[in-house]
Amino acid sequence: MERPRFTPKMSRCLHQVAEKVEGLGQFVMKTRRTLKGHGNKVLCMDWCKDKRRIVSSSQDGKVIVWDAFTTNKEHAVTMPCTWVMACAYAPSGCAVACGGLDNKCSVYPLSLDKNENLAAKKKSVAMHTNYLSACSFTNSDMQILTSSGDGTCALWDVESGQLLQSFHGHAADVLCLDLAPSETGNTFVSGGCDKKANVWDMRSGQCIQSFETHESDINSVRYYPSGDAFASGSDDATCRLYDLRADREVAIYSKESIIFGVSSVDFSLSGRLLFGGYNDYTINVWDVLKGTRVSILFGHENRVSTLRVSPDGTAFCTGSWDHTLRIWA
Amino acid sequence: MPVINVDDLTDKDKAVMEVNQLKIEVKLERWLTSKCCEEIKDYIQAGVEEDTLVKGISEEKNPFKEKGGCVIC
Repeated sequence: MERPRFTPKMSRCLHQVAEKVEGLGQFVMKTRRTLKGHGNKVLCMDWCKDKRRIVSSSQDGKVIVWDAFTTNKEHAVTMPCTWVMACAYAPSGCAVACGGLDNKCSVYPLSLDKNENLAAKKKSVAMHTNYLSACSFTNSDMQILTSSGDGTCALWDVESGQLLQSFHGHAADVLCLDLAPSETGNTFVSGGCDKKANVWDMRSGQCIQSFETHESDINSVRYYPSGDAFASGSDDATCRLYDLRADREVAIYSKESIIFGVSSVDFSLSGRLLFGGYNDYTINVWDVLKGTRVSILFGHENRVSTLRVSPDGTAFCTGSWDHTLRIWA
Repeated sequence: MPVINVDDLTDKDKAVMEVNQLKIEVKLERWLTSKCCEEIKDYIQAGVEEDTLVKGISEEKNPFKEKGGCVIC
């Protein structure tokens, strides 16, 4: 039994529908801030809801909270492991979660007192049987969703550390996850080394939809702003858009000249632009409707490993194996 | 709740998982793709005017504008 394979012609559906839409003009986006301080590859970052603070994590075992306006470091924590592959800001802005090769996800409350030792207040929340690849708070500081190299995703209660729900269905490491925008209900999407993107019901633990059109690991998944679709980025050097109600891929973003994997994707506020961070050190900016690349951004001196648009859509941040983070606007 | 590690699953376990999943999904009610694409297009066009990264922003309003130098008079 096999999933249907979609031909490139069918995948252009969104672009066909958008044929008469006006193309986008020239883009002038440049690095506005460079955040230096990590001693090794930056692996993950997340924005605070206040649109100015950022948390980042690195292979050097450090998790840093930055003020992106001033580039000042506000907090720094040293984890007991290297390769902190995942980090996330709590919705309240009062805590951060992180984890990686320690197979755990831990929560650190952020203190206003700069002298306070954050590590002392650390709370271990999630326990997997392999590395933690991604984590995200749900709508509150009370629950965390995690994905792991052990092939599962899980939902945890932060206060008690209790496992609330387990999500099984991937046949290999799960590399990424994203929660549906709160208006659309309790679902999330995950992507894995089995080339599949799965959509899950958080309450039942059931996989409700599955998509398998990528030709390699899916490194990043991100819901489209309305919640009716999601984008993915893969080692097969393409980004794809999947519509949840049509239950299929509706667009593919690729070029023959782009041969390196996509590590991270995110949408602009309206969903018109899709930003992709690539292993060839660049960021490609795609017109979601037309399928064309509208800009290529240079600056990082090694792989772009993580990319997120700010909560109000005024800028986006990238993290790289070159040890830095950059804010682009 | 059973907690698993994919490394412990056999190929047969994975195939059974896949078939069970397909049986669930075959019951999904699907919309016409052309209708869904129209909706995506409409959604974007409704919001694009407010999208700073698409429309651009004046330097004064840009919270990330480059910090100016200081001039001592």
